[in-house]
Amino acid sequence: MLRDITIGQYYASDSVIHRMDPRFKIVASMLYLVSLFLVDQIIAYLAVVLFIGSVIKLSRVPVGYVLKGLKPIFLLIVFAFVINIFLTPGQGSPVFEVGFIKIYAEGIERAFFMAIRLILLIIGTSMLTLTTSPIELTDGIEYLLNPFKKIGLPAHELAMMMTIALRFIPTLLEETDKIMKAQMARGADFESGNIMNRAKALIPLLVPLFISAFRRADELAMAMEARCYKGGEGRTRMKVLKYSVLDLWGVGIVTLYMAICVVM
Amino acid sequence: MIVTENLYFRYADEKDENCFALKNVNIKIKDGEFVVIIGHNGSGKSTLSKLLNGIYYPTQGKIFIDQLDTSDESLIWEIRKRAGMVFQNPDNQLVATIVEEDVAFGPENMGLSSAEIRLRVDEALDSVSMGDFKRKPPHHLSGGQKQRVAIAGILAMKPKCIIFDEPTAMLDPSGRKEVMETIRYLNAHDRMTVVHITHFMDEAVHADRILVMDEGEIVLEGTPKEVFSQVDTLKSIGLDVPQVTLLSYELKKIGFDLSGENLTVEELVEELCQLK
Repeated sequence: MLRDITIGQYYASDSVIHRMDPRFKIVASMLYLVSLFLVDQIIAYLAVVLFIGSVIKLSRVPVGYVLKGLKPIFLLIVFAFVINIFLTPGQGSPVFEVGFIKIYAEGIERAFFMAIRLILLIIGTSMLTLTTSPIELTDGIEYLLNPFKKIGLPAHELAMMMTIALRFIPTLLEETDKIMKAQMARGADFESGNIMNRAKALIPLLVPLFISAFRRADELAMAMEARCYKGGEGRTRMKVLKYSVLDLWGVGIVTLYMAICVVM
Repeated sequence: MIVTENLYFRYADEKDENCFALKNVNIKIKDGEFVVIIGHNGSGKSTLSKLLNGIYYPTQGKIFIDQLDTSDESLIWEIRKRAGMVFQNPDNQLVATIVEEDVAFGPENMGLSSAEIRLRVDEALDSVSMGDFKRKPPHHLSGGQKQRVAIAGILAMKPKCIIFDEPTAMLDPSGRKEVMETIRYLNAHDRMTVVHITHFMDEAVHADRILVMDEGEIVLEGTPKEVFSQVDTLKSIGLDVPQVTLLSYELKKIGFDLSGENLTVEELVEELCQLK
C-alpha cells in the first residue's frame, strides 16, 4: 500500500510544455500565482482560464488527470467558500437572513472569487509538477538560486539534499514496509485501537527506521566522498540547462498574459 | 599500483593502545592484477579497503597508490580518482534518481566538460551491459543491476584500479553471478587492477593472487592453488575452502593419487578420470 505513493506527480509526455526549460517554467508559475491576486474582475478570470486552459491543452496532460489534483483540497475550497459567504460584512441589506446568519451580496462575490482563485492556483502549480520531472525541478531551482550564493545561500547543497531525498523516498518506503511486516509477524498491531494506541504502535516501526536511515546516510556520505564529492565547488554537470526557441515563445506569451492581467 | 609498508591501523575510538585493527600489513599489488582478499568477519579486510581509498589514514606505516601517499591530504582526490571503490550495499551508494545521472556523479565531481561526461557515462554503462536502463530510476532495478550501476559510476571516473568491498554480500545468487562476471570482464578485457574483498571462497578461485587475513594480519598469500591447498590452516582460522578443493583434499588424504589442489569441477573430473 505504501508503494502507491508518488511524490511530484510527474506526467511523462513529449509536449512543448514538457520540453521547456525548468527555470522558465518555475518563474512563469510564480508570475502566474502573482497574476491570480492581481485580477479582481470576472472578465479577467476568463483570461486566466484561457491561459491555463491552453497550457493544459499544449501539455497533453488529460484534463481529468489535472482535476484529480484538486481532490485532496476540495474540503479546503468548500471551507473557504462557506467562511467567506457567511462572514463577509456588507454595506446594503442582506440578501438572505435567518436569525443571526446574514448573507450579503459582497459575501457571495468574495466567496466565488476565493474558490475560483484557489482552484486556479492548484491547477497552475500542479501543471508545473506534472510537466517537469523532479530532477529538472531541482536543477532549475539550483540554477535560479545561484545568484543568492553571494549572500550565503547554499544553493548547491539545497539541490543536492532534494535529489538525495527524492532518491531515498522509495528505498525508505520499501524499508518501512519490510519492518512493518516483520513487526506484524511478531504480533504487532498497527490497525486497531484509538489514535493514541495507534500512535504508540508506530514507535517500534519508527525507531528501527530511523536507525537504518542514519546508517544509510553514513554509508552514502562515504560512498559520495569515495567518488570525489567535495561540494558544489568545481563541479560540472552532464546536462547543462539551455534555453531554446520554445522558451522565447513562452516568455512572449507570459509577458502578454501578465500585461493583460495588470491592465484589467 | 598499490603498495603498503608496515601498515598499522587503530580506530580512533579504540581505547586500548595495543589493539590494532590492522597489524604490519605489507602488500604489493601490480598493475592489471586480480587480487582477492578473504577473511571472516572482523579480520580487518574492510578496514584495509577503506585505508586504500583514503577514507581512513594509517596509524603507522605508509600506503602508496600509484606512488601517491594516501596520508598526504592534498593528494586525496587524485588517489580516489585512480582507485575507485564499490561498497557492499548497492542502495547506499547510488546518489541520483536516474541511472545515467548517478553514473555521471563521479565525473561531474571531477569537473569535466558535459560532452566528456556524456561520453564516459555511455561507455561505462555499456561495459557493465546496463545501457538499456539509462533512464530508469535505481529502485526499479534488481540488486545485481544496482551494483553494476555502482560499478559503472566508478568506471566513468576512469580509475586504474577498483577496490570492491564485499560487493556481492547482499545479493542473491544470480546477482552475485552478474557482478562477478562484470568484475572478471573488467579485469580481463580492460586490464583493470582489481582488489576484491569477499568471504565467498568460490569467488576467489579466478584470482591471480589471494591474500588471507585474520585478526588484522595477512596470514597466507599466494595463487588460489597454493592457498586452497592449505586446507588445515584455512580451517584453523575459520575459513572454508571451495567444496571441490575440499573433496580433492579429502580423497588425497585417504590415499587416492590426486594433487589435492583442484579448484574447479572440470579439473577434478579430469584428474579422477585419469586414475587407474
